[in-house]
Amino acid sequence: MANKVWAYIDQFKGAATPASWEAVAVARTLANQIGGGVTAVILGSGVEGLAQTAFHYGADEVLLADDPALADYRVDSYASTLVAAAKVGSPAVILFPTNTRGREVAGLAAMDLESGVIPDVTEIVLEGEQVVATRPVYAGKLLAKVVCSARPQMVTLRVRAFGKPEMDASRSGTVTKIAAVTDGDKVKVTGYSESEGRLSLTDAGVIVSGGRGTSNRADLQPPDDITDEKQKEIWRAQQGFKLIGELAQTLGAALGASRAAVDAGYIPYSHQVGQTGKVVSPDLYIACGISGAIQHQAGMRSSKVIVAINKDAEAPIFKLARYGVVGDLYDILPALTKAMKERLGK
Amino acid sequence: MDFTLSQEHQMAVEMVRNFTHKEVIPIIKEWDRKQEMAPHILPRMAELGILGINIPVRYGGQGFDYITLGLVCEELEYADTTLRVVMSVHMGLNSMAVLQWGTEEQKQRFLTPQAKGEKYACFGLTEPGAGSDVAGMTSTAIKKGDHYVLNGEKMWISLASKAHHALVVARTDLNAADPHDGLSAFLVELDSKGVTTGDIHGKMGVRAGSTGWLAFQDVKVPAENLLGQEGEGFRIAMSCLDNGRYTVGSGATGLIRASLDASVKYANDRKAFGREIGKFQLVQQKIAYMVQSYEMARLLYLKSGWMKNQGMRNTKETSLAKWFATDASFDAAAEAIQVHGAYGYSDEYDVERYLRNSKGAVIYEGTSEIHQLMQAGYALGYRADGDLRCELPAYDADFWQAEG
Amino acid sequence: MKIVVCVKQVPDTAAKVAVEGGKVTWGDAPLVINPWDEYAVEAALQAAEKGGGTVTAISLGAEEAKEALKHALAMGCAEAVLVNDPALAELDTQGASRVLAAAIRKVGGVDLAVFGKQAIDGDSGVTAAQTARVLGWPAATLLASLSLESGTLKGERAMEEGRQRVEAALPAVASIVKDYGEPRYPSFMGIRKAAKAEIPAWTLADLGIPTPAAAVMWKEIMNPPARQITNEMITGSSPEEIANKLADKIMEEKVL
Repeated sequence: MANKVWAYIDQFKGAATPASWEAVAVARTLANQIGGGVTAVILGSGVEGLAQTAFHYGADEVLLADDPALADYRVDSYASTLVAAAKVGSPAVILFPTNTRGREVAGLAAMDLESGVIPDVTEIVLEGEQVVATRPVYAGKLLAKVVCSARPQMVTLRVRAFGKPEMDASRSGTVTKIAAVTDGDKVKVTGYSESEGRLSLTDAGVIVSGGRGTSNRADLQPPDDITDEKQKEIWRAQQGFKLIGELAQTLGAALGASRAAVDAGYIPYSHQVGQTGKVVSPDLYIACGISGAIQHQAGMRSSKVIVAINKDAEAPIFKLARYGVVGDLYDILPALTKAMKERLGK
Repeated sequence: MDFTLSQEHQMAVEMVRNFTHKEVIPIIKEWDRKQEMAPHILPRMAELGILGINIPVRYGGQGFDYITLGLVCEELEYADTTLRVVMSVHMGLNSMAVLQWGTEEQKQRFLTPQAKGEKYACFGLTEPGAGSDVAGMTSTAIKKGDHYVLNGEKMWISLASKAHHALVVARTDLNAADPHDGLSAFLVELDSKGVTTGDIHGKMGVRAGSTGWLAFQDVKVPAENLLGQEGEGFRIAMSCLDNGRYTVGSGATGLIRASLDASVKYANDRKAFGREIGKFQLVQQKIAYMVQSYEMARLLYLKSGWMKNQGMRNTKETSLAKWFATDASFDAAAEAIQVHGAYGYSDEYDVERYLRNSKGAVIYEGTSEIHQLMQAGYALGYRADGDLRCELPAYDADFWQAEG
Repeated sequence: MKIVVCVKQVPDTAAKVAVEGGKVTWGDAPLVINPWDEYAVEAALQAAEKGGGTVTAISLGAEEAKEALKHALAMGCAEAVLVNDPALAELDTQGASRVLAAAIRKVGGVDLAVFGKQAIDGDSGVTAAQTARVLGWPAATLLASLSLESGTLKGERAMEEGRQRVEAALPAVASIVKDYGEPRYPSFMGIRKAAKAEIPAWTLADLGIPTPAAAVMWKEIMNPPARQITNEMITGSSPEEIANKLADKIMEEKVL
């Protein structure tokens, strides 16, 4: 059984990005259709342990280049190693997760293999061995159906567009070691720092926003040194924004706010979404304790999926919302953060 | 006849629009509420070259033509009237007068730093007791040896508290048979001893701008700061207005467009009785009038700018452009509020600010009533423009763009 | 020092892009320089200003792509070149990279080629790296900072997890992300220069390369299915129950 569909396992500092397993699972589905096996390609240093997980998600074989020379991610070495393997294995399709690394490894490999890359795909079907991939273009204003006439067809899959991959811990497979190709190394990695930068509102794919409702828990007692009523209100609102922030962090989301919350001094203006703040159109917008004045709506109504959490069932925000919860954000948010953490494996 | 704007015009508009959309529109409401000028506005306008847009490169400017000045004013006032006001006083009423009337030495000392944006300039004509009645002013400048001694007070002066230089008109001949002939114009450095300045608060509009007063007590103004000749002050002041009014008219055109754009957006968004309010004919009528006003105002100021480029006297055309555009901008803003309904009445939306901002320009630089008298005067043959000793120089691309 | 910046002409971000009769249309919305490329121009200009050098802007496209080049000139680029050839109509990113690489070679003596993160029409985001591969130069992509010191590029790459500090010997290819810093506006002096500029156009024959074959093709382009908001209220007997139901719904939407 020829292994016609490959999945590239993207890892950073030894941890595979969850989207890599989505690529393995999609590879499995495609391979089943054309009667082939799935090969997962794992490149890095000290990454042998990832092979087992690849099998669990559907790989039959793992090509493993485990070499200290691959310790730091560098596009040239990673692409060259993959290219050398692909020249031997001749897959019909190589799937990658769409992230900063997946895109460019696929891009470089496409050049060396004289084929092409179809980036950031949200749907994929096979016609024989021909991939027909659907991808958003013009910032999602249009969809394109794209094919690649050469082989291998390299496709990067939009993260989380293909659902949660299924895992079967009883599965296993064979590990084949391959050599790292690092002589083409042109970029040296000299250091690394964790991101401290907050996601900017307009760039964010997900935004969690808070409104006036953040301060509605009168039973919350501020510390004794806060005596001023206005300051007490702000303190309460900040407790609400803490909950919003925790959900935002879990989702990798940016933090937004309504004008009412900004004007009340709960949160700085830079977070304001709406007519007089930022106009945003994320894939997911979660409005917490925001009634949804028309000005706020103007700033977020083009969001793909809107979730509203509000105590007031009559709040206009519910008219825009795909999903609505009538409830207190202080009750719902901690539970939602927990539920999302479980689902995202955090 | 060619109605096409040049690529330079289009790119200049694009650049200014980029600036206002990134740096002004997002923050202007906050400053309007605070009734303060956002501190970054003047330095940024200076840095970007806007403050010298139509001044020859040799005098520190950007070498663009007079039409560009109008286009830039339209873009600036689209964002907020206060930015256009800066151009009216700094450029229209002051810098262009120095270009027109100044000696080479005055151009080097005053115009060049102003065009570079190193110095801001304002214009002191109006007094607490003299507005339209210019010749009724009481400020005096009495010659004493190699200088004049300036006394008096100027009121409703934009940038009074921000400017470094002022073009001040004062009475030098107390006994002139015709009081108009007793006036002279001076370039005054506002850090001179005896100058005090202040802001006026509680204005209906242009709240994010600086409007104030200048007071002069025994201020020594060197004789070489006399602009033009003694007794030429009234004619210089009127020539300043030909340029100031041009910026006001082109700016008001931008305000009409702002009202139009806001109304169109709202009428497409807001629903009533199950459909967008834009589908209602009475809303359409309001929008149609705004379109009409915008196109007319724009044609009027472009013609005036074109005449300036040609070196043609344009007092009549500029007066018409200013009168029409300012009245129309007030009407457009009022109707934009009507389109917005109750929301338009709140400062959540911009249109109430447009209305407040539009009103001042119906009053300053010649009230609408003055312009009506002027237009009637031209039509009836009561009024004609005589030649000036120094005309505004026609735009000459080679001269304007040469490095000096 | 010689720096090249590659820019693309695209419909304005505010444009209402749609498919009509199988063709992409954007009404009367203006064509503008790809917004991401403005960051690239800024980075290129800053590098040239610090290191003493000039920036040449290159664009692949039809005659109207000169507008994007004029924007780059008005921002401060010294020269601009359009690569315009009827054979380029059906280019994929691989082909575009081959053509750009040939153009960069023809400019000659280039130390650094700078790209934007991606173009807002095709949204591919691979051209910079692919061009580097053709040239055999290092690809320092997604840089949030960039400096050139004695023949070496230093920068910080913005990845999902954090910032990777990288170095590469020149000549190199860099792509620039928004964190680099706001691009400057065109200057009025630059505008006057750009308006007068005669921009040369190179054909494939000028570049001395054959028409690259396109492996990737857009078979069909379509409007996304019309959006209909169906309101669904999530209820339950406890916050946990509601949260779990809602979390499942969010996952099903595939928006994370």
